Amino acid sequence: MSKENSGSGQKAVTTDEFIKGLWRDNPVFVQVLGMCPVLAVSNTAENALAMGLATAFVLLMSNILVSLLRNFVPKQVRIASYILIIATFVTVTDYAIQAISVELYKSLGAFISLIVVNCLILSRAEAFASKNTLWKSILDALGMGVGFTFALFCLGAVREILGNGSIFNLPIFPEGFQNWIVMILPAGGFFTLAAWLLIINVIQTRKVKT
Amino acid sequence: MNTESLGAIFLNACLVNNFVLAYFLGICPFLGVSGKVETASKMGGAVMFVMLISSMCAYGIHAGLVAINAPYLQLISYIVVIASTVQLVEMFIKKMSPALFRSLGIFLPLITTNCAILGVALFQTNKGYGFLESVIYALGAGVGFTIALLLIAGLREQLNFAEVPGISKGTALTLFIAGILSLCFMGFAGLGA
Repeated sequence: MSKENSGSGQKAVTTDEFIKGLWRDNPVFVQVLGMCPVLAVSNTAENALAMGLATAFVLLMSNILVSLLRNFVPKQVRIASYILIIATFVTVTDYAIQAISVELYKSLGAFISLIVVNCLILSRAEAFASKNTLWKSILDALGMGVGFTFALFCLGAVREILGNGSIFNLPIFPEGFQNWIVMILPAGGFFTLAAWLLIINVIQTRKVKT
Repeated sequence: MNTESLGAIFLNACLVNNFVLAYFLGICPFLGVSGKVETASKMGGAVMFVMLISSMCAYGIHAGLVAINAPYLQLISYIVVIASTVQLVEMFIKKMSPALFRSLGIFLPLITTNCAILGVALFQTNKGYGFLESVIYALGAGVGFTIALLLIAGLREQLNFAEVPGISKGTALTLFIAGILSLCFMGFAGLGA
């Protein structure tokens, strides 16, 4: 899953904790974690961005709390307590989004609640925040959160441009553009993510060769 | 209240709105354990069982929470029930069949974070299903999950013998197959209506 070796990490530059989530260990494109919301709500750029930010917020808050409590939580019940911490913050986010925009709340639907079971958040809590200091955990969460949002936006933008002919509800194609309806449909989510993974594979094989 | 017939609910959850291919729930085990048909079928069985139990519990919890007027506890109590059910299933399988326990490995505890299970509990609450309807809904979702898992596992077993371009090996290829399967499942639209 994650590659960092937390024990010998004192010398590592702290900014590295932030940067690694953006590209090298990108949660979606490289680690393939948290796929469910990625595919389900990335049908428009707006939804994708909102979902990414909500997930990043929960990730940040739960990483902070897990890191603060890392010396107090008994090892046997750690997963259960992490889940409880995450569920609490997701409930907060759920009510916050409902208060900010009912429209957005409706289009995201049950997927806000489903952030609880996003493997990305639990895996960061278990693999990173439970072993590292508060400051490092915050940077890690920010990096992963931004990386996740970026990946979601990549998917959402492609799907909205091709499937709806617009970006952020602004039409960008001239009249007569035939929308690729399939991109808005569930199948389009699978195809778009597969295409992104192909592109990233190509880039990485090039890098290895040179 | 809901007026759908029980058969329609089952068909809807199982084929028309298949949890994996239409709602994208439970993608992690879908990509993780879909390498072999045998493991996939056992995984499907375990998920179906947890789904049924947690769906029944979710119905009871929802009724209780409405009674004490505390809907904000919904998510937290659902996830606790699911986590303890998974723990129970894990102990049961370990006792009854150690071989199966070893072959499922890490994916057994990970059922807790399977979105499909929490998804069933949340959707049935949102749709206002009664007890019997909830059980049928969970059953349909479980069967649908198993079908999707078996289909993709069978395809991947065959693909091991195919020559594909190096860059598309692994997750990318599986996602392409899933996309095509999802297109096929769209053919079921309107079946349960």
